Amino acid sequence: MTVSSLIEKGFNAVTLPQGDRMVNGVYIGDLLSWVMSSCSADNIWITIMSNINVIAVASLTDASCVILAEGVTLQDDVIKEAEKKGVNVLSTDKSSYEVAVLLSDILK
Amino acid sequence: MKELSLNILDIAENSVKAKASLIEILLTQEENILTLIIRDDGVGMSKEVLEGVTNPFYTTRTTRKVGLGIPLLKMAAEQTGGTLTVESVSENDDNINHGTTVTAVFYTDHIDFTPLGDVVSTITTLIQGHPDFNFLFIHKTDEREVTLDTRELRTVLEGVPLNSYDVIKWIEEFLSEQYNPINE
Repeated sequence: MTVSSLIEKGFNAVTLPQGDRMVNGVYIGDLLSWVMSSCSADNIWITIMSNINVIAVASLTDASCVILAEGVTLQDDVIKEAEKKGVNVLSTDKSSYEVAVLLSDILK
Repeated sequence: MKELSLNILDIAENSVKAKASLIEILLTQEENILTLIIRDDGVGMSKEVLEGVTNPFYTTRTTRKVGLGIPLLKMAAEQTGGTLTVESVSENDDNINHGTTVTAVFYTDHIDFTPLGDVVSTITTLIQGHPDFNFLFIHKTDEREVTLDTRELRTVLEGVPLNSYDVIKWIEEFLSEQYNPINE
């Protein structure tokens, strides 16, 4: 399953510089230093954090995309940086838990 | 980071990489405000590097490695309503008074304040890992002032390395006793 195809499941595209990346597994976390050591490559990473460091951590861990939960938005300069670094970002009004439940069905 | 002391460890490592001879770690708690100052007399940074130092991506564009240490500390300070500032004078601009000062201000009564954690092991770990550097640690609160100056230790130790087992053990106890005075 690709990141782009998550759009059909109701997620909003914030930026998809590498929309054709395959997703594999999910990680949820907001403490960035913890995410750095625990999120695996190709994971979908669900978070409510929204600063530039999110893009850095997604890039470092090589997450396939970030899903911003609970209606969290990014500032324009952060979106630009994500584009530049090839970090896919999606958003949703759902909670991290609801996103996880939905993904659990989708990724079966 | 789950504890601020881990951020301190991270930032102090930058000072080590900057070849400082003295690294000062100063914590001052006044009412609900905690000020953390990490100051070194290392090689410093150029204005250009300094401007990008809070941007986690800046490192990938330069040869100098700064990493996520400063961005994460900035986040930890700002999420309490506080601030982070970095001042630096490059060795190339002033070959006597050079170095870097990182100042973070935290509002400790904010719910997102990261607890300080185990400062004693942070300081001990730093000295153990870098016995040839000098560290000045001062933690001031309304109740007490905890101090350790490895320059003073050295004069007493007469050449015994700071990372020898007995010295490290002593430093650990010396700090712990200052935090928890027995005869209070």
